Amino acid sequence: MGSLALIIKREYKARVSNRSFIIMTFLSPLIVVGMIMLITYLTQLNQAGKQTIVVVDESGLFYKDFESTAEIDYLDLSPQGLDTAKDLVEEQNYFGLLYIPENVKKNTSGVRFYGNEAPGISTIESIEEQIETKLTNEKLLDRGVDLDLIDASETLVSITIEDFSGERTSKISNWIKAGFGGGAGYLLMMFIIIYGNMVMRSVIEEKTNRIIEVIISSVKPFKLMMGKIMGTTLAGITQFMIWLLIGGGLLTFLTLFLGLDANTPNAAMGGMATTDLDKIELILLDVLNLPLLKLACFFLIYFIGGYFLYSSIYAAIGAAVDSETDTQQFMLPIIMPLMLAIYVGFFAVIENPDGSIATIFSMIPLTSPIVMLMRIPFGVPWWQLALSVGILIATFIFTVWFGSKIYRVGILMYGKKPTYKEILKWIKY
Amino acid sequence: MPHPDSYQDDTKLKFVRNECLMGLPRGSLLQTSMTDLLVADHIHKKYGKYTALNDLSIQVPKGSVFGLLGPNGAGKTTLIRIINQITMPDTGKVYLDGEALDQKHIINIGYMPEERGLYKSMKVGEQVIYLARLKGLTKAEAKERSKYWFERLGMTDWWNKKIQELSKGQAQKVQFIVTVLHQPKLLIFDEPFSGFDPINATLIKDEILKLRDDGATILFSTHRMESVEQMCDHIALMHKSNKVLDGRLSDIKRAYRTNTFEVGIQTADDSVQSLEVLKKNVLESAHDDWQLQPASFKTINEHDLKLQVKIPEGLSPNDLLGFLANKGTINHFVEVVPTANDIFIQTINAN
Repeated sequence: MGSLALIIKREYKARVSNRSFIIMTFLSPLIVVGMIMLITYLTQLNQAGKQTIVVVDESGLFYKDFESTAEIDYLDLSPQGLDTAKDLVEEQNYFGLLYIPENVKKNTSGVRFYGNEAPGISTIESIEEQIETKLTNEKLLDRGVDLDLIDASETLVSITIEDFSGERTSKISNWIKAGFGGGAGYLLMMFIIIYGNMVMRSVIEEKTNRIIEVIISSVKPFKLMMGKIMGTTLAGITQFMIWLLIGGGLLTFLTLFLGLDANTPNAAMGGMATTDLDKIELILLDVLNLPLLKLACFFLIYFIGGYFLYSSIYAAIGAAVDSETDTQQFMLPIIMPLMLAIYVGFFAVIENPDGSIATIFSMIPLTSPIVMLMRIPFGVPWWQLALSVGILIATFIFTVWFGSKIYRVGILMYGKKPTYKEILKWIKY
Repeated sequence: MPHPDSYQDDTKLKFVRNECLMGLPRGSLLQTSMTDLLVADHIHKKYGKYTALNDLSIQVPKGSVFGLLGPNGAGKTTLIRIINQITMPDTGKVYLDGEALDQKHIINIGYMPEERGLYKSMKVGEQVIYLARLKGLTKAEAKERSKYWFERLGMTDWWNKKIQELSKGQAQKVQFIVTVLHQPKLLIFDEPFSGFDPINATLIKDEILKLRDDGATILFSTHRMESVEQMCDHIALMHKSNKVLDGRLSDIKRAYRTNTFEVGIQTADDSVQSLEVLKKNVLESAHDDWQLQPASFKTINEHDLKLQVKIPEGLSPNDLLGFLANKGTINHFVEVVPTANDIFIQTINAN
């Protein structure tokens, strides 16, 4: 076995047998699922209490027009008058009081909502909508318009989006695409930061342990650095594969459980989604129709490329310093492009996946892994993918070379905090 | 007082003193004999503006224990790193066993750096095998040999422990095994005894000497002079990036000896009075160019005359003995040989 293989094996083993790696791998999917469930639960909890709103309608137009919903009960206290109703609301600790003045038809500014707590936006919107509809209808009636005719001529349009290869999408699936793309991009950023840090820490560890001299009297520093980066990459791929298996298993289970066929066109189900189960089925179908395999493959490609690019810089930083606390000053050039990629992804890509900003940033090697991953679910031309991967590979060859130059000198330097200027000087040594 | 005949014996000495500083002519071709395992030939190394090694050459004979001495910052570690191919010299070449040093020679060199280091959270056995395999041993070889060494040094129950569970001295022993496991021709120890307690230091010293007897060549760097006295056949003394002295330790000692002797003469009745009389007698009758100084050493009598006598070059100890024999019974006569420590300090101060 060559020494490179030996180093890769050791690094891989050291990473994978680490307790935090095992915990992270198996716990984080659970944490993600748990978080989603918790958020859903909390949202429901927030709405759980049934609120009573007292209505005082002096205009007499809205008699019985407010329909009680699952969240809100309307109580009509118009005969009692505003002052009595106010007292009653405070006495009974009702949620609020809606007051509609007599001349509301002419001037709607008199409508008031009294309450100790401000009602939620959706509550206000629903009340406003009910009043608006009622008043509009009243005015239409006053002018002798037949409401039934209006109802009959009302038309609803839901545009089905389809690309030229006949793949159909819907509005909801655009959100699913954005979700999956954004998720993959975000995951990649986390991977680069977490595994890049691992490489850096392991370089610092070897340096502070002083084992570095023993090892580089046996192998070239470049080999040690590459072995370290590759071993850590493999650990990252292992983790990703485990997550992929868990996710794939979950998806298959759900598909089988609901008896879905991925080939069923969306449109057949469209518009009929009335129950929750139907909605889930629709979403699942959209997920199944995503280029999941392509996304997973490119995740791996961009992970390896982006990771090599960044981790060689991480390794160089690790070599340049004596302890982890000294690394802060060098972290900015790494974090900045990653953050930029995430922001570009969330704002530019989701808005316009094929726009010029998204396209440019999916070519720049420091941001391309994240931005391109976000674009993939929306469909990216093959030539763009090839170009982006090509540029990425060319760049990481350069950064690995550059990083190894710094690494080679840095690992034998002790006792002083280097500046950027000094590090650049090392390249010439 | 210098004697006109001084250094008459020194013509046969091989060592070169202050070669470069004194600007003496230097052979352009290095005399590489087949008996030298390691030859460093006119090595220059600069870090930026700082010169770490200035035209340094050494020859390490096969089967010898070679001591690389010098104060901190003299350039010892840089030289060792060049021999280990950790850094490259700017100019100059290193030869191992007659061949220019190359990547393939790493299996022939074992190196124990001054700052010892092992993976703290890796198990001892795994670690030893990993490092041996990096040197090119197969897994089976590495396992077999480490088993031998673990038994030899009484460490068998450490195999599955992590380094962080061992004491510093125990970790040093593991480091020693890592250094020697691949049976290299050349063993390089940087301060091998620092961090060892006396018992383990002796153990390691004996192991090093045994490895030499088995055919290995030892290069070690130190500034501990007692281990130099005990172990080194050859030394090279470095100071401020230059070599200031090298050669066989015995030759160097001979060159540095000053014809000084410690003598003890018994008085007739071991009394203060007779000591005074004897002392006066000796001081008065001694030659003018002899230097006599009181000395202190232990004898069984209380009032012996104890002196340190420096006689001029050219006189033999017998001349001194002949003179002293008339004065009384000689019960102590020892040549004062300079210690490595004396030579070290003297040479460094002279530079």
